[in-house]
Amino acid sequence: MEKHYTDSKVKGVSTGTTILAAIFDGGVVIGSDSRASIGGEYVSSKTINKVIQVHDRIFCCMAGSLADAQAVIKSAKSHLSFHSVQMESPPLVIAAASVLKELCYKNKDELQAGFLTAGWDSKKGPQVYVVSLGGMLISQQVTIGGSGSTYIYGYVDAKYKPNMTREECLQFATNALALAMGRDNVSGGVAHLVVITEKGVELKLVCSLIELLLIFHEELNE
Amino acid sequence: MLGEAEPQWLSEEVKTGTTIIAIEFNGGVVLGSDSRVSAGESVVNRVMNKLSPLHDKIYCALSGSAADAQTIAEMVNYQLDVHSMEIGEDPQVRSAATLVKNISYKYKEELSAHLIVAGWDRREGGQVFATLKGLLTRQPFAVGGSGSSYVYGFVDAEYRKGMNKKECQQFVVNTLSLAMKRDGSSGGVAYLVTIDEHGTEEKVILGNDLPTFFDQ
Repeated sequence: MEKHYTDSKVKGVSTGTTILAAIFDGGVVIGSDSRASIGGEYVSSKTINKVIQVHDRIFCCMAGSLADAQAVIKSAKSHLSFHSVQMESPPLVIAAASVLKELCYKNKDELQAGFLTAGWDSKKGPQVYVVSLGGMLISQQVTIGGSGSTYIYGYVDAKYKPNMTREECLQFATNALALAMGRDNVSGGVAHLVVITEKGVELKLVCSLIELLLIFHEELNE
Repeated sequence: MLGEAEPQWLSEEVKTGTTIIAIEFNGGVVLGSDSRVSAGESVVNRVMNKLSPLHDKIYCALSGSAADAQTIAEMVNYQLDVHSMEIGEDPQVRSAATLVKNISYKYKEELSAHLIVAGWDRREGGQVFATLKGLLTRQPFAVGGSGSSYVYGFVDAEYRKGMNKKECQQFVVNTLSLAMKRDGSSGGVAYLVTIDEHGTEEKVILGNDLPTFFDQ
């Protein structure tokens, strides 16, 4: 049997993962799957959390090489906390995203990491930023990343609506992650979701994805 | 990442990098495809109909290498004609799919085309068969081509058993539209073919008439 190369040949090294961030009315949801695999053959962790908190109301998801991403985030966290002390106020979401972008762009030859940054600040409310592999920074209302994201572009395009309620957005994010995990063999496990609003941060762990998959793949019910 | 010195279209073969879909409903099938044919980064044909008739009520959807796919379709068209004359009646969809599968399997190292075969016959009604790499499997619906990766999530979520003809057509058009928006190798217009016991209906939906979704 030939060895099939998945996205790692097309996109460069990609963490087997699915990450997602979406803005709803009053906040933002950011989430990921929980599988870490070696070479797509062995699941080294079933419950790894890929959503990292970089400040009180700012979270990041990593894509690309996990090692590079962790190093960048560590550096970004210390930059941000220093910045926040200097400004005497919580950092803006775009500040966090820019710090990541600077690190990715200045070191683009050595690094292979991209990020989704989501958070809430008092100036612009809920925001989502994407820092791509080469160091581009753009703001979007909904965005997906990782190898599993390929399979849910159609779903996200069709189902995302601006100004959803918190519950609708959570259901949308859960469905999207479940569908991606159902098709991508290097994404899986549980869904880690974080809801960020003006009031605070709420962490959700969704384990019942098997039930969702049963609904989506009706033929399993026969 | 790995830099290529020459432009792609000089070395790339002509592919129907594409999105194709076929779905079964109670009483028939609906097939759909986009219309873009690319050679690397260049679009060499923007209006190609990738839904090819194998018989009056059996069609196939082409994807992969354009030359390979067309050749398989023509060969099976001929073989089916002979076969239907031998048995004296319209061929079964399964026979057409088996003929496609035989060629795909026998020449699997040389060919790189994937055909989805769908049609209607008196015995089993509407049927959809996938023949990827020489596998033959009947499915309620099948998607294929480069654009299909982007809509797996959508079709998994939206497909329900027991849709009627109109709902199936809308489902196919929605899926094609989403895939064409995201896949660089799919685009142009959408071709639809609906086959049921009463006949075969071909339809073209122009680019600006395709459904639009959330645009950032």
